[in-house]
Amino acid sequence: MSSVTDVLLFMVSCILTNNFIFSRFLGCCPFLGVSSKVETSVSMGLAVTFVMTIASLFCWLIYNLLLVPLRLTYMSTISFILVIAALVQFVEMFLKKSSPTLYSALGIYLPLITTNCAVLGVATLNMNSGYGLLQAVLNGTFSALGFLLAIVLMAGVRERLESSKIPACMKGFPITLVSAGLMAVAFMGFSGLV
Amino acid sequence: MSEKKSLGGVLLNGIVNENPTFRLVLGTCPTLAVTSSALNGLGMGAAATFVLVCSNVAISMLRKFIPDQVRIPAFIVVICTFVTMVQLLMQAFVPSLYESLGMFIPLIVVNCIILARAEAFASKNSPLPSAFDGLGMGLGFTLALTLMGSIRELIGNGSVFGVNILGASYQPMLLIVLASGGFLTFGLLLGTFNLIVKKIEKKKAAKEVQAA
Repeated sequence: MSSVTDVLLFMVSCILTNNFIFSRFLGCCPFLGVSSKVETSVSMGLAVTFVMTIASLFCWLIYNLLLVPLRLTYMSTISFILVIAALVQFVEMFLKKSSPTLYSALGIYLPLITTNCAVLGVATLNMNSGYGLLQAVLNGTFSALGFLLAIVLMAGVRERLESSKIPACMKGFPITLVSAGLMAVAFMGFSGLV
Repeated sequence: MSEKKSLGGVLLNGIVNENPTFRLVLGTCPTLAVTSSALNGLGMGAAATFVLVCSNVAISMLRKFIPDQVRIPAFIVVICTFVTMVQLLMQAFVPSLYESLGMFIPLIVVNCIILARAEAFASKNSPLPSAFDGLGMGLGFTLALTLMGSIRELIGNGSVFGVNILGASYQPMLLIVLASGGFLTFGLLLGTFNLIVKKIEKKKAAKEVQAA
């Protein structure tokens, strides 16, 4: 993480090569649940980006400044999830006061992020990979942007699927999963890019 | 949940009627991520079952002490404790499985099935039915994961549980074991499952018409 080139390469690797949904399978629940309309998927993606960036920062600080010196690393999962839950609550209250428009745009998706495994996933990933503070925060932001990209693309595909002829038993989740599979094949083309 | 429902019924409910993976489509992340082989699927299912049973029992015993407003954080802390236990146990006794499941063991915490059962069943029922509910749901989840894992391993590697079945001449279809194969297999399986359920319902309806 010394030069601009490094940051750009890291960005490409997080967004395209190691896309959270298509290659790491993190955050699949909201990906399948909230991708039926483009507008809602954009709100969801933005909310996740916001929370994942802050969560990466706070979890890194807690892990490296608190858990490691106290030799409590086995408590990492429990402390991360509590931090994330508190953070989501705090962000919600803050947005409600300071930016009611954004708050109403994000709506119900904000509290749901607590149980989004992408957030806990990125915290665990940062911890396991031994990233520095800057890299951890960048990883959070860029991975979330990858999530945003995937969920918006998926929403676009699903809007088209609505009007196409599909066998009754494949409607809903099954066809969405198959389309996601084909998109994952496309994303595999990015492997080896970085 | 009615009082009449027997423990066996509660158990079966989780495996068939409300199968968390195929009927409720919950906990999709581990379903897609760890099922690249049958053994991984089984291991993940077993870990999740253990957490489900323990957390259901603990939450059911604590249900009168947990205030309603803070129940979700309280549930998460209980679940998290058991997940950490599973993580440490697996690290100690089955390190190879621990390695291959990797970060998905701590992520059991945010598996929606567990929180959903705590909220929908354990917080309203006594410990024994809750244990059976957890066991049923866990077994349903395990079965689904093992099935997915077996299919993907068979097509993508020619083997099931590491035992070669299709012979040396089989050209493995690597795509199915890779990320995209997870989505494809799950989608097609879900479609097949829907088809079977619909056929059974049609038969039932036809029988009822005949009886009337």
